[in-house]
This record gives sequence, structure tokens and C-alpha cells, in this order.
Amino acid sequence: MDRPTPSSPTPRGPRRSRHWGDLIFAGLVGLGGAGVLVLVFAILGVLLYQSGLSFRAFGWQFVIGTQWDVRDNIYGVVPFVSGTLITSAIALVIGFPLAVGSAIFLTTQAPRWMRGPVGTVIELLAAIPSVVYGFWGLYVLGPYMRTNVEPALHRYLGWTGAFNGPATGTDILTAGVILAVMVIPTISAISRETLAAVPISQREAALSLGATNWETTRVAIVPYARSGIFGATILGLGRALGETMAVTMTIGNRDAVPTSFFSQGQTIASLIANELTNSNGPLQYSAIIEAGLILLFISLLVNVLARLLLWRVLRVTGGSTE
Amino acid sequence: MNGTKMRVERLSAYYGKTKAISEISVGFPERKVSAIIGPSGCGKSTLIRCLNRMHETLPRTRVEGQILLDGEDILELDPVHVRRRVGMVFQKPNPFVTMSIYDNVSVALRFNGRHSREDTDKAVVRSLQQAALWEEVKDRVDAPALSLSGGQQQRLCIARALAAEPEVLLMDEPCSALDPVATAKIEGLVNELKNSYTVIIVTHNMQQAGRVADYTAFLYLGKLVEVGATADLFERPKERLTEQYITGRFG
Repeated sequence: MDRPTPSSPTPRGPRRSRHWGDLIFAGLVGLGGAGVLVLVFAILGVLLYQSGLSFRAFGWQFVIGTQWDVRDNIYGVVPFVSGTLITSAIALVIGFPLAVGSAIFLTTQAPRWMRGPVGTVIELLAAIPSVVYGFWGLYVLGPYMRTNVEPALHRYLGWTGAFNGPATGTDILTAGVILAVMVIPTISAISRETLAAVPISQREAALSLGATNWETTRVAIVPYARSGIFGATILGLGRALGETMAVTMTIGNRDAVPTSFFSQGQTIASLIANELTNSNGPLQYSAIIEAGLILLFISLLVNVLARLLLWRVLRVTGGSTE
Repeated sequence: MNGTKMRVERLSAYYGKTKAISEISVGFPERKVSAIIGPSGCGKSTLIRCLNRMHETLPRTRVEGQILLDGEDILELDPVHVRRRVGMVFQKPNPFVTMSIYDNVSVALRFNGRHSREDTDKAVVRSLQQAALWEEVKDRVDAPALSLSGGQQQRLCIARALAAEPEVLLMDEPCSALDPVATAKIEGLVNELKNSYTVIIVTHNMQQAGRVADYTAFLYLGKLVEVGATADLFERPKERLTEQYITGRFG
């Protein structure tokens, strides 16, 4: 069907450029593109191959198993999946309002001279190495949580059952709070860029109708930027899901399903950091690799779901695709 | 002859240190269409943006002089209240992109306090009718505003401005982004609107001023050169500069 017919109105040029420079350039960038693909599939392949032992031993029991027993060589990943999801949820619940609030403040309320410097300071949070966050979490935040925050939470919210157990300061909650601080620069910086990119005509449309500053922000500016803010949040979530060092230092490292925000726990990332290099045998090693594979799938799932959700929202109501 | 609805006295406006308009004094009669014409950069958009205090929403801007609405200086009033009395339509249609047609019109009511669902429905229909858009959208008011054509979007913006029930409607080159058919519709609409509103329109198109305006003011380099009844200004200009501009010798 590709045969050119005499009636075909557009004459085709040569399929490829004959310039040497173009050929070399195409080859180089093609190599780059292919290389990235090969890397992704190589990593996936190694993870699949090395988790084979564990998968054959436990099958789907691995995914729903709540026990991680090194002595009896029984491995289930639920303690770490729950630890990962709960700490990331805490990070978003605390970090999202702070990050988006700071972004909205800096783009719509703050005096102009303040916007650049304060924005830079917020972004500086991203430049702090995660081991420093862990250190700070262990020696500053943890003790403060143990002596002040956690007893108060227990007193006022203990009836919910989620704030019980000994307050240690190295637990799920402290790890979640550290993660919240770590996701703020990501969410804040990208939200700020999206908010700053809202066309001035949208702002003027609201102002000219007699909207107050707050109404203009709520009706014209934030809705226009919502898809960008959503994307920023997903990026932040991605960071929280995979963060290793700071969590490992603050979460308490216990291989059990958390029963309270004060439980010691473990995320998938901290499990790998703690146990991979000193695993007791090939089965445990393989199980840890399989847990890593599951973390990869969780991240992938979050991204795909976010894209689908975004696509639906934009298709139904219109809006910026940025 | 009607009374003067708005009047500016020795009005100057600045962007930083640049003086965009200089000591302009001119009146805008009630329930008439007044046009402001002049070459690009003459300050006509700046002048109209002063009239609802939009000029000062940009950074490093400043206004001097008086802007009287019914004899009261709006520079002394809360800009939010001024803008509820003096509505504006912009050069490019700027509907709220995330909203439906209905929400775009009803949003102005939300800014003005709470209204019952029934009142809001009525106001939306009335505003869309006044903007000559109702017949085209009555079956799909919940469709996204961006599903409309450019000309329809501009009429939607007019409906949105009218929903706030302003006394004065400012139009800043409302047809500059539209094709001739859409332009003709907006011009017809302006002729209708002057029965209920005081309309002030900026245009770079002299034919448009001739077609829609009762009065025309000619600005050049930030100064008011001449103002008068449109027919007089175009047929018997008093100033040499005006004559040169309307005969197309510059601009």
C-alpha cells in the first residue's frame, strides 16, 4: 500500500539525509535513546531474575504475607509496603498544605522583593543531603517528638487507637514528618512555577469583576494551575516512596506491620538498606530483591494513576495541560 | 444631552518613571458610547485601565489626578467596589479556562455576595441574552467555555462583565483578536448596550469608532488632542494632528 501512485501529489524526498554530520548526529542521539531503554530493561531483568527464588518459594503469599521471619526463612512484604505507604501518606498530609500554601503565598501575596529570596530558601531544603535529614531526625526531631509531640498526641487522640504505645521518637510518625520536610521543596518549587505561569489575563479577568485578592487566587489562579500542582505532588510522593537514608535512621527498623503511628517500622527502601548486604542466605536476599521490585511497581502505579486522573480531569473541564 | 457619568481631571499615569498619559481631562456622557482612538503607544489603553483602577494592579505603576464617577473620586474608594460598578472587557477574550459557560457568567455574582440558585439562573440567562450569546449556547451552558469560538468567547466575557450589573462598561480593543463577522456582532451589541450602560471603548480602528461611538476622543503621545461628537471629529476636525491621523497620514 505504500507504493507511490502517479496521483500522489507530494513527491517524497530521500528518506534520510545524505550529510555525514546528520548521520553521525542521528546515530549518537539514537544511541543515547536506546541506551536509556536498555538500562531500564536491564534493571527490570536483573530484579526479576534475582527475585525468582523468593517468588518460587512463596508465590503470591509474598505479596500478602505479614510476617518477615529471618529465623524460619518466611518472608512477606506487607510490613514494608504498609510502612512505605503510611510514611508517604504522613509526608503528603503534612507537606502538601505547607508546600502549596508557601507557593500560593509567594506568587500572589508576598511583596515582590520577598519572592526570589524566600523561594530560593525553600529550594535550598532540597539541597540538604538526606543523611543530614536523618541525622537531624535522629538527634533533634526524634527526642522532641518523644518528649513533647507524641505524649500530647496520645493524650488528645489516643482514643482513636492510632496514637498508642510507648513514645520513642524513632518510629513511623517521625519518619513521616522527616519525609514531609523533604517533599516540601519539590512540591513548592514546581507549584510555584505553575502558579507564576498563569496568564495575567486570567488574573485581570477576576479582578475586573470586583474580585478580592483571595477570590482572584481561588477562582482564577489556583484552578488554572491545578494540574501542575497535582503533578508536583506526584513528584513529591515519588520522592517520599523511595527515600532511604533519612527514613532508615528515624523509623526504628522493625520488621513488623505497624499498629500505631508510634510503632517502629520499616519501609521497603529502609529494608533494602538495612538487610541486603548482610542477608542470611540466598532466600532472604532474593526476598529483599523482590521487595525492591514491588517498590518499583508501586512507583509505576502511582505515576500511571496520576496520569490517568489528570487526563480525565482535563478532558472533562478543560484547563492548562502543563 | 445626557449628564456626564465619568470624568477624568488632569489625569496622569506612570509605569515606573515613564509617563504614559499626561494631564488628560475628558468627560464620558451617560448611556452613550465614547471611543478613545489614537496610534499605538498613545496611552489609550492606559487611560481606560485607569478608569476601573486596573492600571495600578501592575507593578511600579502610579496615577495622579482625579477620576470622577458620579462626581465621586474613585481613587479615594476601595478598588474592589469600583470594579463592581465599572466592568471591563479585554483585548483578547479571557474566559476562565477551567469553567463552564454557565460558571463563567455566574462567577461575577459570587463575588457580589450570595445569591439563590434561582436568582443566579435568571442573571446568567439575562446576561447571555444581553450579550447576544444566549441563542447560541442555551442548549450547552455546562460545556467548557473554551469550546466556544473566539467571537463567542468575547461575547461570553461581555456577558460575564454584565452579570455584575456595572454602571459603566469599559472595552479595551474588544475586537482586535476577532474576524470581521464576529467584529460586526460585537459592534451591533455595543449599539444595544448603550441603552442601559455607559460604554467607553478603545479602538485602533477609526471605522469602528465611526460606526459605534457617539463621542470620540483622540489621543496622541499621551495627551488628549481633541474630543467631540464623532461626526464632528471625523468630518470637521479642529486640530491639524487629528486631521492628519484620520486621513491616514500617520499612525
